[in-house]
Amino acid sequence: MHNFIRTVAERPIARRWLLATGLSLGLLAAMPQAKAQETIKIGILHSLSGTMAISETTLKDTMLFLIEEQNKKGGLLGKKLEAVVVDPASNWPLFAEKARELITKDKVSVVFGCWTSVSRKSVLPVFKELNSILFYPVQYEGEESERNVFYTGAAPNQQAIPAVDYLAKEEKVQRWVLAGTDYVYPRTTNRILEAYLKSKGVKDADIMINYTPFGHSDWQTIVSNIKKFGSAGRKTAIVSTINGDANVPFYKELGNQGIKAKDIPSVAFSVGEEELAGIDTKPLVGHMAAWNYFQSVKSPANAEFIKKWQAFTKNPKRVTNDPMEAHVVGFNMWVKAVEKAKTVDPDKVIDALPGIQAPNLTGGVSTMLPNHHITKPVFIGEVRADGQFDVVWKTPGLVPGDAWSKHLPGSKDLIGDWVKLKCGNYNTVTKKCGGA
Amino acid sequence: MRRKSERLVLLLCALAFGAALAGGASAQTQIDPPAAAESAAAPQAAPDVPSAPQPAPLTGLAKALEHFLADDFSETDAGIGAVAATGDARAAAIIEALQDRRLLFSVQDKKVFYKDKDDKLFDAATGSAAAGAGPPDLTNVRINNRLRRTIDAALGGLRLQAGDANRRFEAAQAVLKSRDENALPALDAALAKETDARVKRALGQARAAVILHSSEGSEADKLAAVATIRERGGQEALNLLASLPAGTPPAVVGAARDAVASIQSQLAVWATAQNAWYGLSLGSVLLLAAIGLAITFGVMGVINMAHGEMVMIGAYVTFVVQELIRQHNPALFDYSLLIAVPAAFLIAGFIGILIEQGIIRFLYGRPLETLLATWGLSLVLQQAVRTAFGPTNREVGAPSWMSGAFEVGHLSITYGRLWIICFTLGVFLLLLALLRYTRLGLEMRAVTQNRAMAASMGIRTARVDALTFGLGSGIAGIAGVALSQIDNVSPNLGQGYIIDSFMVVVFGGVGNLWGTLVGAFSLGIANKFLEPYAGAVLAKIAILVLIILFIQKRPRGLFALKGRAVEA
Repeated sequence: MHNFIRTVAERPIARRWLLATGLSLGLLAAMPQAKAQETIKIGILHSLSGTMAISETTLKDTMLFLIEEQNKKGGLLGKKLEAVVVDPASNWPLFAEKARELITKDKVSVVFGCWTSVSRKSVLPVFKELNSILFYPVQYEGEESERNVFYTGAAPNQQAIPAVDYLAKEEKVQRWVLAGTDYVYPRTTNRILEAYLKSKGVKDADIMINYTPFGHSDWQTIVSNIKKFGSAGRKTAIVSTINGDANVPFYKELGNQGIKAKDIPSVAFSVGEEELAGIDTKPLVGHMAAWNYFQSVKSPANAEFIKKWQAFTKNPKRVTNDPMEAHVVGFNMWVKAVEKAKTVDPDKVIDALPGIQAPNLTGGVSTMLPNHHITKPVFIGEVRADGQFDVVWKTPGLVPGDAWSKHLPGSKDLIGDWVKLKCGNYNTVTKKCGGA
Repeated sequence: MRRKSERLVLLLCALAFGAALAGGASAQTQIDPPAAAESAAAPQAAPDVPSAPQPAPLTGLAKALEHFLADDFSETDAGIGAVAATGDARAAAIIEALQDRRLLFSVQDKKVFYKDKDDKLFDAATGSAAAGAGPPDLTNVRINNRLRRTIDAALGGLRLQAGDANRRFEAAQAVLKSRDENALPALDAALAKETDARVKRALGQARAAVILHSSEGSEADKLAAVATIRERGGQEALNLLASLPAGTPPAVVGAARDAVASIQSQLAVWATAQNAWYGLSLGSVLLLAAIGLAITFGVMGVINMAHGEMVMIGAYVTFVVQELIRQHNPALFDYSLLIAVPAAFLIAGFIGILIEQGIIRFLYGRPLETLLATWGLSLVLQQAVRTAFGPTNREVGAPSWMSGAFEVGHLSITYGRLWIICFTLGVFLLLLALLRYTRLGLEMRAVTQNRAMAASMGIRTARVDALTFGLGSGIAGIAGVALSQIDNVSPNLGQGYIIDSFMVVVFGGVGNLWGTLVGAFSLGIANKFLEPYAGAVLAKIAILVLIILFIQKRPRGLFALKGRAVEA
């Protein structure tokens, strides 16, 4: 190798080329540093390859879209916004490395990112240590409130509990199948739901809990078990926390075995417009999903957003979904907080954020709460033949997110309050910060 | 030994085809109703005599239709009942329109409209065609699951005397589910007239269900009803018998309990058959995914981690073929999979040959490097597909002959799965024939058994290597066509199958196609019999542990190769 370079460098023309490439490389390296002084950098930490790319790539595009829109309005604090995109490749430890790189090397002011809970848990220590801000846009299992993280997705009381209430009231469901993928979000959510259902008088025998591995593709046995469970003479429903790729074969099997929504309805917490794009939805008409946003919700803000988004992606069929809306709300909240604090300094922005209000796309105004969760409306939608959802029910107002579930023995006394108490897990019984 | 087992597989496949044909025959009866329903619906949907509307029911219908103007689920619910109760000739057409989201309302004009199947707008109250596009504020009447059930019950009652037997059968099933007491007179009238034995039985069962759930009816009637339902069997019968209303006489409750026990023990027997069927189906998927690997890994000894990506490429070829057909010749859609099979074989095979020529041939005899190189290659291929087609799932449609299911007793068999089993066995037999009866097969066997000797006999071993690898990859591509029917078509498709494929090949015995066959089916069936007891996660772990233990005992797998070739 060494020899080769020397011999090349000895040839006059080659030497000139080397010089030229060296110079241009140096220029390239110097350029971002020159630019850094006049922009505010925003980190985007979403997987663009690997298993989670299916969901997270859209969120990266959403952030680029939001940043472009903000720059059209003249940027922020008189400076342009600049996106720094990294690819953590669905690899959880890599999330932490990339987060560190964004904060220390690229000097970003805020990071929007993560999808799975395990990726969020893996970057938490980094954000604490380097004192930066993370906006997390996905519905999750709750049981967490961190100073450096703002949760713009739904907590269980903003999605799972209202959905179960709807089924019990409207569909008169008495038997429950809690089916989920085997990891932390479904396990915790199902624990909360089980405790909640039992508190409502549902017996053990009327709850069936089933876990499957990631990407499970052979659903024959489980679906026929559900069918069997549903033939005990009482109305049965499926509450699905099945995640990602496993959903398509699951719904295909439901259709194959003739389980119609009017017999055994299912309500899903991780299936949105994007996931349905890969399935023929005609056999699924009537199955439900619970979210805080649906593309089909009619409001002026939503219509405008969809129009601009489809123009930005140059795809008139591009769908929108709930985590995208969470990023829209989160980004606007951050912009307002920075304008209020007149700086991007993390400590000042973190203090400015609680109480900030931003309109959501469904016609309401969401507020950032002291526990770093936000208020959200809850919608139940039924799948339509065209892959969109018909909203069949919504909460009368906005529901504030609970960081700690009221239905779990370990967390029912805990609250998160970063304004007065400066504590994420304050125990209201022992009056101490630091959990149960 | 070989001869015998071959005959066995031939027999099995013949049986499977026989079952497919028999399935096709009974499918006629199962699949037909919707099609027949449509043709029967047409005359009903069109207003019968728009020129001479009867004045009396008209006002009733117009009043009933007012419920739909409220855009409220409870009001719509009341509206369905009211429309059905008018007994108007258009009632069925209006409720059908509601079911298909073709019923519209205008608050401005206080009128309800429906569209027929050709998108023509009619005034629901008068049945006359509406002028132009109708009022500007036309909105769909929304429905939810509760309303879908009400609609089914109402349509069931209205259609009990429809002209078409299949339609009457469906209507009887709908009443059986709804147990609507108001349908009893209609049921009795229909029973008296019915001539078709199958529909008559269904009507009798529906009547029994209504009687069991009605507050009236004598004990003797109810006991007879229990007997009728018991005879019907199945999960719907369990549902009926387990949910008797309060106030049912104790003798009837006792009889129902006996009936439930007997149906349950009957279903338990069927459950075993069901598990076996699911096992066969899972086994065929495993075999399909592993069969290409049995060539590249089993015969050639190349640890090919990019095998799953060949499967994925096959699935994407199917997607592209279907897209082309949709754009250029939608009539061919039912044949799209048949067209995709050779295309997937050629494309995946060609890519396989490129991989062999570009990478693997430099790494023969260095398993660790091969493993790492092909692993890297699999990531490259995944990302390439992700860049070209996007990270989201692609929709591959099922042709009509692969959708739906039919029942054999209480066993429900889906067409998609049945065809995949037959397809897998077909591919397996073709491959076997290719290895045994063609010149390429002969050369492949010669090269794998003794490379030096084969070379000195004048066989161009390098060329045979490339073709063998291409063959294995091509077959993986074919597998992708079939798997696109049951799994996501996404860049990650292949990853899910690579571990399973290696498991099958190692368990079955490296270098032996028969071993792969037996290995795949035994793993599939074992998995499905474990799953109901252990759950999907534990079943998978248990299978892995069992294989590890088995390999300790028999390192060469189920069917070990014997002879001098092995020692070489």
